[in-house]
Amino acid sequence: MMQSPTIQTQDFADRVRADFPILQRKMNGQAMAFLDTAASSQKPRQVIDAISHYYEHTHANVHRGLYQLSQEATDAHEEARRQAAEFFNAASEKEIIFTKGTTDGINTIAFCLGEYAIEPGDEILITEMEHHANIVPWQMLAARKGANLKVIPIHDDGMLNMEAFHDMLTERTKLLAVVHISNTLGTINPVKRMIEKAHERNVPVLVDGAQSAAHQKIDVQDLDADFFVCSGHKMLGPTGIGILYGKEKWLEAFPPYQGGGEMIQEVRFEGTTFNQLPFKFEAGTPHIAGTVGLSAAMKYMDEIGRDAIAAHEQELLTYALAALKDIDGIRFIGEARNKAGVISFLIDGTHPSDVGVLLDKMGVAVRTGHHCTMPLMQRYDIPGTVRASFGPYTTIADIDQLKSGVERAAKMLR
Amino acid sequence: MNAINEIQDEIIDEFEFFDDWMQKYEYIIDLGKDLPRIDEQKKTDEYRIKGCQSQVWLDAEPKQKTIDFTADSDAVITKGIIALLIRVLSGQAAEDIAKSDLYFIDQIGLKEHLSPTRSNGLVSMVKKMKSYGIAFAHQNKAKS
Repeated sequence: MMQSPTIQTQDFADRVRADFPILQRKMNGQAMAFLDTAASSQKPRQVIDAISHYYEHTHANVHRGLYQLSQEATDAHEEARRQAAEFFNAASEKEIIFTKGTTDGINTIAFCLGEYAIEPGDEILITEMEHHANIVPWQMLAARKGANLKVIPIHDDGMLNMEAFHDMLTERTKLLAVVHISNTLGTINPVKRMIEKAHERNVPVLVDGAQSAAHQKIDVQDLDADFFVCSGHKMLGPTGIGILYGKEKWLEAFPPYQGGGEMIQEVRFEGTTFNQLPFKFEAGTPHIAGTVGLSAAMKYMDEIGRDAIAAHEQELLTYALAALKDIDGIRFIGEARNKAGVISFLIDGTHPSDVGVLLDKMGVAVRTGHHCTMPLMQRYDIPGTVRASFGPYTTIADIDQLKSGVERAAKMLR
Repeated sequence: MNAINEIQDEIIDEFEFFDDWMQKYEYIIDLGKDLPRIDEQKKTDEYRIKGCQSQVWLDAEPKQKTIDFTADSDAVITKGIIALLIRVLSGQAAEDIAKSDLYFIDQIGLKEHLSPTRSNGLVSMVKKMKSYGIAFAHQNKAKS
């Protein structure tokens, strides 16, 4: 028997859904089941309004304008930083760097740590389930510095091989970069335990929080992460803005990443002195509308409750797994015990892209392909997967529409 | 050129019979299933057209003045669209292939599959077919 969802789950989604104007629209003439939140979440009215309000009432360049407007823009921008520090429980606002997104945050650390600490023969440890954004910057760093990239393998069910992890942590390891929640498998990695282990060997840890920041409460001090990176657009906020949290001791020690305005204290042709944290890492005019939108998004998540979001998505996951497993020939990729609202699957005798094309016609928005995790596809020897992912606005009806859509697509394709 | 456009017009006529997207895609899927497979030995990087989602392989065999195409994909809808492209272009004069305007795609409502932003390899396949046309037309001219 399929487990029936609680009334709270439906109520929660219905309430939240009313705040998301885009979810009212149709896709290919059908009610839209938006199940691609892992790629990018939709935005509530509160975020859209905050951005419009900013451009209509507050915009001017930040930090050095003496006039009221610039002061107000600066206040809004810095308020977002204060809020982010609180949202992730950073020890100080100085530890919050605004970036373009997760990828930008990882590249920043790859460059800075590389300049600061990486020598030929050093090792950087990642996992087999990393997104390309948490592979390629390290490959580039390894090539630049003559370092080596080591990859922690996973088990067939999509869980990390912790034994291998322990063995691979050596005196040569200079950084562990690990994804908190896999965007392909949904696996929630035991990052707190991994950080503890890494710190026993004085190895700093970067946590790729692209998929976790909006789906569970994150406390960077409790995790004891050295770096935590995420993207605004995956957490109900705008595109083009992200957060890099870094422990002050590292950020103070690192050289700057990019040079330009904002990040300087004094510039002379003979030499330049750099600004203090966090501005040292924020060259150029920041994405002010982005931070204002992100600020509204964080406020929104706190209002509806981050624990409530997590509970809602877990209920949906249980419901969806029970519903989908009845589909003839379905094979799940990623069956970790500890799993988030991300379901990857294949249907026997069909190609994921064919399933995706037909689902689109039926109003179901899923992602198909390798999800920027090609090494995982090689690991499982598959061409890609169909992936459905959830957000606070996802409903039981969305999952039912997915299920009937997949059944219909399979029938057409076989 | 006329031969290519005649076939395109035929396809447009055929697609007018379909009442909804399902019938249309069922037909495309059937075409995909019926498309003769490319020689397994040719499923190599040399013949592969890289797409993000599905893989496409294309082989071109020049005849006197014409080119025969065979192609394959691991995704059946992509294969169905390949079958249509082959029906339109294969066996046609190299010069006509090079100059062809494939308006039928738009008219039968499959434009989304061949938009440059959709990374399924089909856009690259059409480009490749045309560049074979240009190359062989050029060779033919040089010979004559």
